[in-house]
Amino acid sequence: MPGPKANVDAADDPDDADDGVRIDMISGARMEGLTSMEKIRLILDGVRDGNIVILEEGLSPDEESKLIEVTMTEISPDDFTGIEIETYPKAEAGDQSFLDKLMGRESTQKLTVIGPANRIETLHKDENLISTLVSRK
Amino acid sequence: MGLLTNLRDSISRVTDGLFAADEPKRIGIYGPPNAGKTTLANRIARDWTGDAVGPESHIPHETRRARRKEGVEIERNGRTVTIDIVDTPGVTTKVDYKEFLDHDMEKDDAVRRSREATEGVAEAMHWLREDVDGVIYVLDSTTDPFTQVNTMLIGIIESQDLPALILANKTDLPGSDVQQIANAFPQHETIPLSALEGDNMDEVYTKIAEYFG
Repeated sequence: MPGPKANVDAADDPDDADDGVRIDMISGARMEGLTSMEKIRLILDGVRDGNIVILEEGLSPDEESKLIEVTMTEISPDDFTGIEIETYPKAEAGDQSFLDKLMGRESTQKLTVIGPANRIETLHKDENLISTLVSRK
Repeated sequence: MGLLTNLRDSISRVTDGLFAADEPKRIGIYGPPNAGKTTLANRIARDWTGDAVGPESHIPHETRRARRKEGVEIERNGRTVTIDIVDTPGVTTKVDYKEFLDHDMEKDDAVRRSREATEGVAEAMHWLREDVDGVIYVLDSTTDPFTQVNTMLIGIIESQDLPALILANKTDLPGSDVQQIANAFPQHETIPLSALEGDNMDEVYTKIAEYFG
């Protein structure tokens, strides 16, 4: 089973990181077997390295809540100022059955973009388009 | 075993709600920084108890600790609804001390304020997951409500099946657009008000009694 660390060898060279912006696109399958904290660690480790993390299927509301909470504990002056996160506005979960709702199985499939707050700026967002400006370090 | 655990949690939530029906409900006042949450909390507390909850300020993150005002009795239509008001720090995904320097603050003070602000946001999220029975979500009606923080927080509130009342605050200011907030969250009722001026508080109290009584 793959570990929670997103980094791949080819992109670990710090010289490469200076040349541009690294984007980690993480599939739903990769996230599926991880616990909430493993997912949050995976995201924040990437973002704290200056990367943009794109999740194919996003996080559940509870995981988003914990992501905010953990992000806050890691903010430090002149080092890490937090995250910028964008998802498409949530579509109505009309395909959720009553049993799914009763059992807390939430539909979380929403493309999610997360990056360091000091490097990513949302230019435009609507239900069909997220446009962001990503700056180098 | 996940299925059984979820079922047990669901049953536990229902039974907890039944047995706690007579206790005052804890109503969290949530929203982004500078939406007027503390101004509203103070307005409600002063109107019904005579006391304030905390200091108000135009500088973001003035409230850096959740503050609870217990036993606020609101009278509506011949009956009394008792709630605990929890004024929470404004929720954000980022805090940069440099933004406080623009408010004539020394660096040491700005760093300390930012550290307290991050602790406060984490605390607010914990309260939302564990310790509130309902939410008053306050938005500044002069600003764009289509932000990720608003989207996420409303999603978190809905996922926990918490009753939520959305208030479009600052209607006394030019540029206030209540309809924009109603359009952003059409699944919820939006009530306009000016917590600072006390405008439309009668309707706010009627809705509080209706939603959380």
